[in-house]
Amino acid sequence: MSKSTSNKDIRDITSKEYGYGFVTDIESDKLDPGLNEDVVRMISQKKNEPEFMLAWRLKAYRHWLNCKEPTWANVSYPPIDYQNIVYYSAPKSQKDKPKSLDEVDPEILKTYEKLGIPLHERAILAGVAVDAVFDSVSVATTFKETLAKHGIIFCSFSEAVHNHPELIQKYLGSVVPYTDNYFATLNSAVFSDGSFVYIPKGVRCPMELSTYFRINELNTGQFERTLVIADEGSYVSYLEGCTAPMRDENQLHAAVVELVALKDAQIKYSTVQNWYPGDKDGKGGIYNFVTKRGKCAGNRSKISWTQVETGSSITWKYPSCILQGDDSVGEFYSVAVTNNHQQADTGTKMIHIGKNTKSTIISKGISAGQSQNTYRGLVKINPKAQNARNYSQCDSLLMTDQCGAHTFPKMEVKNNSAQIEHEATTAKIGEDQMFYCKQRGISEEDAVNMIVSGFCDEVFRELPMEFAVEAKKLLEVSLEGAVG
Amino acid sequence: MILEIKDLHASVEGQKILKGINLNVKKGEVHAIMGPNGSGKSTLSNVIAGRDVFEIDQGQILFQGKDVSDYSVEERACEGIFLSFQYPVEIPGVKNTVFLRAALNAQRKYRGESELDTAEFLRLIKEKASELQLKPELLQRSINDGFSGGEKKRNEILQMSLFNPTLAILDETDSGLDIDALKTVAEGVNRLRSSERAMIVITHYQRLLDYIKPDVVHVLSDGKIVKTGDRSLALELEKRGYGWITDGTEGKIQLPSM
Repeated sequence: MSKSTSNKDIRDITSKEYGYGFVTDIESDKLDPGLNEDVVRMISQKKNEPEFMLAWRLKAYRHWLNCKEPTWANVSYPPIDYQNIVYYSAPKSQKDKPKSLDEVDPEILKTYEKLGIPLHERAILAGVAVDAVFDSVSVATTFKETLAKHGIIFCSFSEAVHNHPELIQKYLGSVVPYTDNYFATLNSAVFSDGSFVYIPKGVRCPMELSTYFRINELNTGQFERTLVIADEGSYVSYLEGCTAPMRDENQLHAAVVELVALKDAQIKYSTVQNWYPGDKDGKGGIYNFVTKRGKCAGNRSKISWTQVETGSSITWKYPSCILQGDDSVGEFYSVAVTNNHQQADTGTKMIHIGKNTKSTIISKGISAGQSQNTYRGLVKINPKAQNARNYSQCDSLLMTDQCGAHTFPKMEVKNNSAQIEHEATTAKIGEDQMFYCKQRGISEEDAVNMIVSGFCDEVFRELPMEFAVEAKKLLEVSLEGAVG
Repeated sequence: MILEIKDLHASVEGQKILKGINLNVKKGEVHAIMGPNGSGKSTLSNVIAGRDVFEIDQGQILFQGKDVSDYSVEERACEGIFLSFQYPVEIPGVKNTVFLRAALNAQRKYRGESELDTAEFLRLIKEKASELQLKPELLQRSINDGFSGGEKKRNEILQMSLFNPTLAILDETDSGLDIDALKTVAEGVNRLRSSERAMIVITHYQRLLDYIKPDVVHVLSDGKIVKTGDRSLALELEKRGYGWITDGTEGKIQLPSM
């Protein structure tokens, strides 16, 4: 792209308001703000957890007390008062869990309807099974029976704790230990719910599994936890989507996602993250401090992360792969969009341990407004990782003169047989491209959308069809009036 | 009358480029605008198309009787003004067919016509592409991405054929083309000549005018039309160069450098 755009009019088009900023009026059962050992015990008690869970939470909590909040990320925000956060909130009507969708609070169902989540027949048509997390408790899980026929377990984390404690005990913290980092440790102590997936040996999951996260309650931190286990030779594609209502206050979201792929198994994990980004002046919005990591534990296993990050006022997130098995493959495809005052520090870590391991990183950062967009990545080749390969490509697209794009790729290569390639580009959206599109009759907004989605094409191609459509729409909403 | 330009003055970043252009183009006519480098040829085409970086300081552009000076680029395109680019830009990741369909439907919508669905569109575009001997796979590639010079220009003419404009401006369509590509492109253009359409062919060299024969030839120099004639003027320019018109020195021969 050549010249910088000099089109003044584009700036004048008013930005579109966040479309998912409604608040659902329901009674909820929540703890008072604040965190101490009693709160941890209370959460565990409210969830009627077995002893091993409480013990794990308490270990995490005690460890957290000695942790320091990390400051190395290229983001800035006022200090978070961890004593002013509500650590547990559940819609009241959920105390006795509904047995079917008919028993679910209609208000909640309406919320999901507004979000366009296919809970009812739409779900069947779309072939999507949804485990919807409303604040902290999983509200309704569809398709469980169909999945059960294949021996697939897809349920809320709490249910898994009760019904499959052996799997939880074996795998919880096996990829992200409770000592991992400040936010993961906090999550380990207070996580309230999340999703659990187990795909048995040799089973190819017949549908996309999907979780929709939504933060509703004021001042509620959402600490959910997802654990996906793909047993030998299995395959699963998992979709995660997120929205949150508009609030003036900042809300903390510190989730943990752990993926385990055993021998010959494949996990494809796709995220469309649309948390409330704050208003035009940078007020409000979600702090999205998330730890996501997958372990390719078995030989020839594969984990792919695909993320489209358009929301949150601050994103701190590095979906990573530990390539332990020989011939295992890790992939990271990312589109991160920041507008107005959003800050994103995101990227990945590819840790090569096994022989002939391969990783691919494709990162597309789009910055608009006064936002800051950072790619941070680590490719680490351990001494025993013979013939490891990595290809990294980091492209940045700037929409204005006031935004920033930063790239911090790091490589640690301890084996000479490694082959590593890294490419990076930074470009400004071109006035000549805009003129070309408009001369053909395409409106300014459509031209921007077209150029930007072309820029993201390599990543969108990795998304399941229905998610790709949603991602494109989100991108359009996020960037409305963004060129200047 | 399709296009009437009255005393047009335009500048870019404060620098005056067009200094009083008057031009009338009627239905069915093909006008050639020739002139040395820097005379304002490309500026004129960009200003007619409404490119934002150019500022109209004075004068009017009437298109089919309407003053379009305040119309946006896309409105002018939808009204029927088409510009074939000298350097068509590449837009990575945006499939040619997707782009062309979006553009065609935007124009149809503007005119109150129904939009074409994918199947209808593909049928249409394939037919048009084969007329121009454009490889069908180019339709599936990103816009102009990795196209050869000839393919880019043919892709421009393909769009002209698709959008069916009332006024087509061909900006240095011959640049970067070898003789075979030039012939193919010129044939494509000639097929689109019609009594309902007007064309403005902008070129430095008369070579293109051997293949696209103009009704009227204008010579642009320092932002003004300094001479207007018929085709013989172009031939004379080839023989004698621009000097005799632009600075009055008779007989100074400028061989076109290729």
